[in-house]
Amino acid sequence: MKKWLIALLLALPTFVFAEDTLDTGDTAWMMMSTALVLLMTPAGLALFYAGMTRSKNVLNTYAMVFGAFVVAFVVWIIAGYSIAFGTAESAAVQKVMGGFSNVFLNGIKWTDLSGTYPTYVFVAFQGTFAAITVAIAAGSVIERIKFSTWLVFVAIWGLVVYAPVAHMVWGGDGALLFDAGALDFAGGTVVHMNGGLAGLVLAILVGKRAGYPKSAMKPATVLLTALGAALLWFGWYGFNAGSAFGANAIAGVALLTTTIATAAAAITWMLAEWLVYKKPTLLGIATGAVAGLVAITPAAGFVSVGGAFIVGIVGTLFAFWGVTVLKKKLGYDDSLDAFGVHFLAGLFGALATGLLALKDNDLLWDGPLKESGDRMGQFMVQVESVVVVGLFTLIGTVVVYYIATALTGGSRVDEESESMGLDESVHGEKYINN
Amino acid sequence: MKKVEAVIKPFKLEDVKDALAEIGIDGMTVSEVKGYGRQKGHSELYRGAEYVVDFLPKIKMEMVVAEDMVEQVTSTIVEAARTGKIGDGKIFVSDIEKIIRIRTGETDEEAI
Repeated sequence: MKKWLIALLLALPTFVFAEDTLDTGDTAWMMMSTALVLLMTPAGLALFYAGMTRSKNVLNTYAMVFGAFVVAFVVWIIAGYSIAFGTAESAAVQKVMGGFSNVFLNGIKWTDLSGTYPTYVFVAFQGTFAAITVAIAAGSVIERIKFSTWLVFVAIWGLVVYAPVAHMVWGGDGALLFDAGALDFAGGTVVHMNGGLAGLVLAILVGKRAGYPKSAMKPATVLLTALGAALLWFGWYGFNAGSAFGANAIAGVALLTTTIATAAAAITWMLAEWLVYKKPTLLGIATGAVAGLVAITPAAGFVSVGGAFIVGIVGTLFAFWGVTVLKKKLGYDDSLDAFGVHFLAGLFGALATGLLALKDNDLLWDGPLKESGDRMGQFMVQVESVVVVGLFTLIGTVVVYYIATALTGGSRVDEESESMGLDESVHGEKYINN
Repeated sequence: MKKVEAVIKPFKLEDVKDALAEIGIDGMTVSEVKGYGRQKGHSELYRGAEYVVDFLPKIKMEMVVAEDMVEQVTSTIVEAARTGKIGDGKIFVSDIEKIIRIRTGETDEEAI
């Protein structure tokens, strides 16, 4: 046999099965990424939030985040995955949700692959995204929402709001925003706008904490918040670089842009605070870092180094304005600024992705920019995606809130429990025993 | 018998205690307290929300001394605790009617 023929025959399987071969490097990275994203919720976000809570409610805040993660993950396996990533038979349904064919992971075998790694890993990886999204909303309603209302809200919201939103953006052919060509690398719309807006809706519906904004509500310990921000940053490598779905060069792009935007954002918040309030606070540095992480999320695998700087710096300024100006003006009690940080920085990142994505078809997803270099068209698709996600989340969250409230007989703890603190009144525990 | 109560800046506690030990004061009660006078409070800043903290941490030391020691004790405290800046604190002197040492049952001057 001729040499070239042998070479061709040897190469053949790689061509034929290119879509269906397990790659150990990709599999290892995706399993690691799943663990990294998991760390972001019951450790990173939980500490970030708990540290900012008054000392009588620290454990309740932590429990809300930890509880959200476990409930949302279970719900994800039950039906969330199917609604988000299943395929509906009717084309009209497929636009917004994937149907129920994969309920309880029905029909998925352990040998199935999602590209180059097991589908089971994909299910778990995406489950950690579903779980952190609803956990973000916790920050808006701490110190007064009933624990039972919260957990019921989490369970229903994961199915009724998160899963369809994830489907519309990431659900593959036939899904509304996926077909339109929306660019959302790791979840600027799906995770951060979604969770942040749900938080604002809850903050308004549940109402302000007693004494807000008159009495001082000081964080129990900024130290834990800073540690939480650092753990979020660490986990975010799984979130963003993991969203390349392989141990590859695109993951490398996301890893670098994530680090650049976050560092630049932390500096930006610190300087803004130093200038406006005369002091550079640790809470400000930590908050700036998280705002930067949020802003770069939709853009991570699409932008240049310069783009990462712009996204981080401007995204953080948006969040800074939201937290220090907008919140005071409108008077809502978004207690830990889920809306100010996650929604606003996520919104900015999603729109900026349209403007700053590199015209590089090896990085881009299908959409106007990739197909015809139509940047204005791409920007309009980004606008469409934030409007659709915003409206869907807004309406869906209101509906889910009222269902959860009805099921648990009111959404708020009584006045006595609130003033005693939820750690003791709800959980019978104390943050520190002397 | 007089009771001398001094409210001082927390970081001056060691200096004052040592100075008092040198003039023979070998017992006192110390507590961490909060309060304000002319110094007023300070402000704390969290994400742009400024909180004024009215009550500042201070140390209150209490000791009971014989009448003839009062002058020496108060001047020693003043000397050791003074920084010259606002917020150095105050000293209160009051009468004590009776003292009993629980272990021995000794009373008054013997029990100081």
